[in-house]
Amino acid sequence: MISDLSPQTRRDLLTMIGRAGGGLAMYQAMTALGHAAETQFSGPPALSGARAGASVLVLGAGLAGMLAAYELTKAGYKVQVLEYQDRPGGRNYSVRGGDKIVEVGGATQNVAYQPGNYLNPGPWRIPHHHRTLLHYCKAFGVELEPFIQLNHNAMVHRKDAFGGKPQRYKELAVDFTGHVSELLGKSLNAGALDSTVSKEDKEKLIAALREWGALDGDLKFTSNLNVSSRRGYDRAPGGGVNGAPTPSKINGLSDVLSSHVWTQMSFYFNYVMQTTMFQPKGGMDMIGKGFYKQIAKLVRLNTKVTSIKQDDKGVAATWTDTVTGKTGVATADYMVCTLPATILAQLDIQVSDAKKAAIKAIPYSGQVKIGLEMKSRFWEEKYSIYGGHSFTDQAIGLISYPNYDFFKDKPAVLLGAFANGAGGYMLAGMTPEKRIEAALAQGSVFHPEEYRREFMNGASVAWSRMPWILGCCGMWTEESRATHYQNLVSMDGRIVLAGEHASYYGCWMEGALLSSLDAITRLHQRALAA
Amino acid sequence: MGAWKQDGAAGAANDDAVNRASGATKRRWLLALAACLPLGVAGFAPATAQDTAGGTTNVQISAEGKQVYEEICQACHMADAKGGGGAGAVIPALAGNAKLADKDYPITLLLKGRGGMPWFTEILTPEQMAAVVNYVRGHFNDYHDIVTVADVKRVATGPAPKRDCLNACGQ
Repeated sequence: MISDLSPQTRRDLLTMIGRAGGGLAMYQAMTALGHAAETQFSGPPALSGARAGASVLVLGAGLAGMLAAYELTKAGYKVQVLEYQDRPGGRNYSVRGGDKIVEVGGATQNVAYQPGNYLNPGPWRIPHHHRTLLHYCKAFGVELEPFIQLNHNAMVHRKDAFGGKPQRYKELAVDFTGHVSELLGKSLNAGALDSTVSKEDKEKLIAALREWGALDGDLKFTSNLNVSSRRGYDRAPGGGVNGAPTPSKINGLSDVLSSHVWTQMSFYFNYVMQTTMFQPKGGMDMIGKGFYKQIAKLVRLNTKVTSIKQDDKGVAATWTDTVTGKTGVATADYMVCTLPATILAQLDIQVSDAKKAAIKAIPYSGQVKIGLEMKSRFWEEKYSIYGGHSFTDQAIGLISYPNYDFFKDKPAVLLGAFANGAGGYMLAGMTPEKRIEAALAQGSVFHPEEYRREFMNGASVAWSRMPWILGCCGMWTEESRATHYQNLVSMDGRIVLAGEHASYYGCWMEGALLSSLDAITRLHQRALAA
Repeated sequence: MGAWKQDGAAGAANDDAVNRASGATKRRWLLALAACLPLGVAGFAPATAQDTAGGTTNVQISAEGKQVYEEICQACHMADAKGGGGAGAVIPALAGNAKLADKDYPITLLLKGRGGMPWFTEILTPEQMAAVVNYVRGHFNDYHDIVTVADVKRVATGPAPKRDCLNACGQ
């Protein structure tokens, strides 16, 4: 008896606590085990025992929809998935040579990348704590490789700093830390902080500043070999007769401040931006393909949903095949609807007024990514930049160097823009040709000799002009969360919504998956209680 | 009081006051708008400083209505203002749009967003909003009564929306 109740593994223990005490008890237990704070994921849902013949219709074959289909099928439901596009994955998407990108208004790009090269227009990096996504990648055999997030040797550019000349991140970051340390040291030594810092802490702090800021014996930040051992040398250390290095010259405080390098330094402090980060080998859509392999036979592609109805017996979605023009009605007992709010807001859907209002309260951000194929990896050969990002205050926002095929003598695709806000709108409003020209003109600040010379071709994805979504990610405010969030995620009769927009992890694949797991768990409970 | 009336002045007189604002006043305005940096130069619309994926971009948007339309609005509504879409939903056409007869309608959308359209208080100044609304109503439609900055401020009640960005908004 006792042994039957003894948990065999940590998950067994958590499941037991969860069953006995509910979610909160489980969460507290998980926190005590040092596991939960980083994620709400506690393993795949153990759904089972669906009623015989029970069925679920899933709308959308993005990650949320495909996960719902996979887990509900395992639980015993009969599942069908309708997808508007001719491919699964939704925003989990990679663009390769031979692909065609058709925008609202008809602008068409025929992507000319070499085999093996790709652009990830949507998600592109995976934090190490996105455990739901990592779990399913492993389960479905999606191979992951490191995504180079922080590269000290990449660059920072601002139009009004250093005469518009980009600087190495490491130089700016070391100089910023050094100057701030020196100033704080001065204040401490002058007694300016004596009323707030104890004598003992003051001594520790001064020691810390000396080390952290690479200050000299007089607590000054100066050009010397110690500082150069962080920011780089004028003449690097070598061997033999002329092996001695010479120090580099630090930048003055005003110049360093004009670079705003603290925005990059603090960016890397973001929990979701911290190393280690990952990407799938071969393109982000390997994840969508991994999911699709599990459930492909359940999915009807090229299927545009035109209305969504429900009554006390079931749900129905009318659809049109976008290739053949054939129409039909798909029916089931329940529905998981993962269509983006942009689309759903204009569909004829039979849900409560509160849910309709919630669907209409989610605006979508617009973003633009541009992938430029270059003849050679000049950023590696000439600049010693291997992956990572160079930032600019121009519309393109940044350029980012590929994290695969290092050192290869063949063309590579470099991310030539990741534009948000005003810059994103500006680039999205251009024709595809003008976007490429803008990306070349702006990105040239980093690599002026090579950028145009090595350029072969480019492709762009302007999310606001993707006909199947008309935007990139759902946007919430504190007010809209308070008014609408619970109404959005609640089960409405036989229909439940899921996707990144129905999460507190907006715009991340993890949010789409967590939302889906929560939705299907509630759907299953409802179906069993009915 | 609207979000943009924090410097105490109100009404039409304030519109010009804002255009001629001292650095300090302009700074309060911009902070009230969207935590923009005080980069305004007399005679030019202030550049828009925005948090983005790992930095701040500083992109100059024109003060002129047609230019604002081309730089911002046509990203979604298209160069011909006819919008479009595919998956059962469309970005609405602004050309020949009867809803624009009410000049407060487009102002409200720029200030608060609606449906899939976000608010633009973090990107456009009241001057740019008035300019682009005049352009859209006059050029793509036949509404020629002028929208002023005073109109924009009259409609701007309550705080400007602020995105809840817990996880770097996925950038």
